[in-house]
Amino acid sequence: MPKLFTGAEIVFKCLEDQKVEHIFGYPGGAVLPIYDELKNHPSIKHILVRHEQGAGHAAEGYARSSGKPGVVLVTSGPGATNVVTALTDAYMDSVPLVCISGQVPTHLIGTDAFQECDTTGITRPCTKHNWLVKDIKNLSKVMHEAFRVATTGRPGPVLIDIPKDVQFAKTKYKKPIKEQKLNGTLHNKFSQDQIDELVKLLSKTKKPVIYSGGGVINSGPKASQALREFVDLTGFPITSTLQGLGAYPGDDNQFLGMLGMHGTYEANNAMHDCDLLINIGARFDDRITGKIDEFSPNSKKVHIDIDPSSINKIIKVDLAIVGDVTSVISKINKTITKSKNGHSKSNKSNIAKWWEQIEKWREKNSLNFVNSDESIKPQHAVQRLYELTKNKDTYVTTEVGQHQMWAAQHYKFNKPNRWMTSGGLGTMGYGLPAAVGVQIAHPEKLVIDIAGEASVLMTMQEMSTAVQYNLPIKIFILNNQYMGMVRQWQELLHEKNYSESYSEALPDFMKMAEAYGCKGIKADNPSELDYKIQEMIDYNGPVIFDCHVDPNENCFPMIPSGKPHNQMILGPNDQEDNKIKGKGKALV
Amino acid sequence: MSKLKSAYSIPTKKEKPETYIFVVWVDNEAGVLARVVGLFSGRGYNIESLAVAEVDAIKNISRITIVTTGTPQVIDQIKLQLTKLVPVHKVAEFQREDKNVIFKEMALFKVVGKRNKIEKCLNACKRFNPIILDKTKTSAVIQITALRREIDKMNKKLKPFGLISTSRTGAVAMTRGAKIFN
Repeated sequence: MPKLFTGAEIVFKCLEDQKVEHIFGYPGGAVLPIYDELKNHPSIKHILVRHEQGAGHAAEGYARSSGKPGVVLVTSGPGATNVVTALTDAYMDSVPLVCISGQVPTHLIGTDAFQECDTTGITRPCTKHNWLVKDIKNLSKVMHEAFRVATTGRPGPVLIDIPKDVQFAKTKYKKPIKEQKLNGTLHNKFSQDQIDELVKLLSKTKKPVIYSGGGVINSGPKASQALREFVDLTGFPITSTLQGLGAYPGDDNQFLGMLGMHGTYEANNAMHDCDLLINIGARFDDRITGKIDEFSPNSKKVHIDIDPSSINKIIKVDLAIVGDVTSVISKINKTITKSKNGHSKSNKSNIAKWWEQIEKWREKNSLNFVNSDESIKPQHAVQRLYELTKNKDTYVTTEVGQHQMWAAQHYKFNKPNRWMTSGGLGTMGYGLPAAVGVQIAHPEKLVIDIAGEASVLMTMQEMSTAVQYNLPIKIFILNNQYMGMVRQWQELLHEKNYSESYSEALPDFMKMAEAYGCKGIKADNPSELDYKIQEMIDYNGPVIFDCHVDPNENCFPMIPSGKPHNQMILGPNDQEDNKIKGKGKALV
Repeated sequence: MSKLKSAYSIPTKKEKPETYIFVVWVDNEAGVLARVVGLFSGRGYNIESLAVAEVDAIKNISRITIVTTGTPQVIDQIKLQLTKLVPVHKVAEFQREDKNVIFKEMALFKVVGKRNKIEKCLNACKRFNPIILDKTKTSAVIQITALRREIDKMNKKLKPFGLISTSRTGAVAMTRGAKIFN
């Protein structure tokens, strides 16, 4: 007779078979049997967070920096509802998460029992799929299926809700069914004809631009490698979405910088004026496209994506290639090399004029700002941080707001999986717990959360987690005392009525650091910035860096709402003739 | 006015919405209908009618038929989004005007009145295979099968003859000829 295992044991056996090493969680009544079982599985380390949202974001940081799924363990009721923000965030940004939640015993489901909630109902729209396991016999199958769903195709979060009696019940354990090596063919629905069609377009174009996104990162390091080859083969300019940063080296000359609402002048103008637009693993998000009717009006559009529902969702494209980015681009590279018999660089003369035009746009130096000797400009702070950490293979997370955009603009990433930010959902409070997760995945690396003082206060409690596990994360707060992005929009759209965007009573971050048992550093003068940043980097332990910056600085360049790519606001000097008027206001 | 409106939410080129019928094969499991319906409400798609029942007890498959309206782009999205749901096996969609597909809906009419009124009702329903399911001296329950708009029409027409209650299914669909949905 085969050995019988309890539900709790099966959970861990599945995690072991799925090669899970870390789980982020918080105990509670409905998951106690699983927590009781933890001690028998030394290969799995549990990270105790201070709030379930933190567990979710930490698992996201872990997943995005390592390419492995993040695992979350929470209790029923409030445990599950607290993790909803993180699940939604992971859903929007396509991050593989497996969330295990406890549930009240099956006989109490539906009775409004203590700490009961309809977890699968609540999380249905923010997961790829979820399961309520009412029968112990299904548990191992569901667990393995959950990992498969989370990590294949377009990745995303899943949730498994396990009632407490099922955690106690016993049954046989089933190993995961070994799937035949599919090499991603399941999701590759493209043909050589489509690749040939694209290659034909490549040879004819005079004004091409490549627009790459988070799909390249999600496809794995090989995708970034293939992308670099592709860009090198074609000589085309490339721009990237917020999520795609790092897939192509940020300091390379063919890289135009980020595009979109706070993208560079050259990237957005290239998008607008191009005759061939190649979208690789991005989804035409509204922060990217600006006004849709005037989006890249004269271009042939190509869209490469693993998710068929991303195609023609917002922008109609002329050629859609559904498949994994790595497979698609490798195929394209092969086809180009073959078709040109080794003379692969001959097309570059076609686009020489286009490059001249791009260089003209570049001369605008749209990320420029007026620096100061008296106060620290936030852009300057990010630039200094970059200069002092760029040789260290640094991992950067952010919160959401102005500091996030400045980080994206001024911190240059050369490798994929080094940049973790909440793009789709825009979750303030993402960065600190995400940094916890990144540091768990990469204990020896430098991990910095570029933060705003308002965002970081939303999940500040996770400093306690960082201290408990001695995770040397650096929280670099650009403290302008405002919810800066809100303030900026109020300045531009609401006649400087700064309604509730000023934090009148901020904590003393130095004392806060002391209270948490980590190091506090404060800087408010440009002259001391460099050595204080160095002090932060050199300190072996978690640091809260309170960087007081100019409170009135705005994030430019910017596409105002209701405007197309070629009508950007550049800097303070350019603003007079480009005010957002009338209807545009309502449409942010 | 609409010139100033941004692309963030409003497309300026509005295509005319048309009626489509979706047929969705799903695993017959707890919550599957909520997933399908939740997708429609969550993404702002419209449901005109819905019919669902298990069609294969051995393979545990249910067939959901949904009548919806949308522009071709929206209809495309609905199909692709439905296909992404884990318990969904396949999705087929048809325009209502498609001659190769039969659409039928069933309705039960309760008519209260004298015999001659009930006779009039039956007469009016003649084209739609009326079946009397229950009959008393003062009432009758009549079943008809017809197209959605025909039932709409009958629903109005029978009111003066004593129709007091209508119950109807959503539309179900089947292709003509030997071909099946793929």
